[in-house]
Amino acid sequence: MALAKRIIPCLDVDKGRVVKGVQFLDIRDAGDPVEIAKKYNQQGADEITFLDITASHEARDTTIHTVEAIASEVFIPLTVGGGIRTVADIRNMLNAGADKVSINSAAVFNPDFVQQAADKFGSQCIVVAIDAKKVSGPNEAARWEIFTHGGRKPTGIDAVAWGVKMVELGAGEILLTSMDNDGVKQGFDLGVTRAISDAVSVPVIASGGVGNLQHLVDGVERGGADAVLAASIFHFGEYTVPQAKQYMAERGIEVRL
Amino acid sequence: MSSTQVAIIDYGMGNLHSVASAVRHVAPEADVIVTSDSQAIAQADRVIFPGVGAIRDCVAEIKSRGFDEAVAREIASGKPVLAICVGLQALMQNSEENGGIECLSAFEGEVRGFASTPGFSLARDEGSHSSERLKVPHMGWNQVQQKQAHPLWHSIDDEGRFYFVHSYYVQTPQSDLVVGQSHYGHDFVAAIAQKNVFAAQFHPEKSHTNGLQLLKNFAAWDGKF
Repeated sequence: MALAKRIIPCLDVDKGRVVKGVQFLDIRDAGDPVEIAKKYNQQGADEITFLDITASHEARDTTIHTVEAIASEVFIPLTVGGGIRTVADIRNMLNAGADKVSINSAAVFNPDFVQQAADKFGSQCIVVAIDAKKVSGPNEAARWEIFTHGGRKPTGIDAVAWGVKMVELGAGEILLTSMDNDGVKQGFDLGVTRAISDAVSVPVIASGGVGNLQHLVDGVERGGADAVLAASIFHFGEYTVPQAKQYMAERGIEVRL
Repeated sequence: MSSTQVAIIDYGMGNLHSVASAVRHVAPEADVIVTSDSQAIAQADRVIFPGVGAIRDCVAEIKSRGFDEAVAREIASGKPVLAICVGLQALMQNSEENGGIECLSAFEGEVRGFASTPGFSLARDEGSHSSERLKVPHMGWNQVQQKQAHPLWHSIDDEGRFYFVHSYYVQTPQSDLVVGQSHYGHDFVAAIAQKNVFAAQFHPEKSHTNGLQLLKNFAAWDGKF
């Protein structure tokens, strides 16, 4: 008996529709979030992550209603991220039915917010999202930095040290996205995934770059990820969740079948 | 069967929406209420005692609202009671979380941290075939071995998977209480049961088919074991 590695379909939601961009640009419509969440639930997804990429104030009510609609029909864990900046934002999302919230930019601008959030709601529901980009040259030791604003703004913060700090402040899980790889379907950045997974005591979700099922296996085996997140391979029907699990199981990875 | 009223005890510790909607989903005829009214809890046919977050805050809220007495009363009443996650932990004698917390002592046993177990960080499970350490919280889908037959396991496969998220686990010297066991670095208690009480470390409301089946079984259970 052992804990299964998790497969997490991700819904990037803009103004109430699931979309998927390439390297955070070039948006492509993939449908209604509630219907898509229900489909993944039926397929045996282990969790669902919902990222509100509009995250403007006008969009908050839409997001809350969508989260409520998903939570009343989907009985697996639901993580909601995008625009989570205050304790009130967290409370609203948890009350709407989210099990965890993902804090991204707000952690960079105000790291103490992570601590406040964990103290208030418990580490088990606080995910810190890290958007990392490789900044080292080809002949240097590998190094990654935190970027904000959809990958446009460098912060000068070392991604591995940042992950360690976030866990010290109370993050219960790290959602690690490689900005170089996101949407380009060449696989996770295994270097940063392994570096952060080895450095922190909490589970790490690998994200950004899945184009085929071997990429999921690599994320677990070579990246050391506890969970793998993917969007477009599932949204556009290239693979189903059961196919992904079967493929991983055949390669000796513990999954929930 | 006539309709049943299920009271979910609300002691101010967050999201009870998912427990309520999962019970409504599997038992549409049931009247499901989320309440902090001790009288309403006393009048309900069945009671769910949930819990999330830190044990210190949970136990403090439970005691300040007088729910320690309400919970003891409901357990003694013989009506079906389901405790979930920190709800289970709160029923033990004490927890080492938050520097040591006295709990409600409904059952003999204590709550210990995975991270404080000697050698835990070096432990490896057969499922993780690479060399990474086991992470805390224990988060995700693990198998539950049914140590004893119980009405709440009806139609659920032995070693079926349920969703867990916790950093602390229950240990009890009374092995006859243990109806479910899981493994993460070492064996730990996934569920205990005695008479009309069933208490689970996992979250049935988040455990898809197996969890919904367990809640359905609870909604139909006569409280006998």
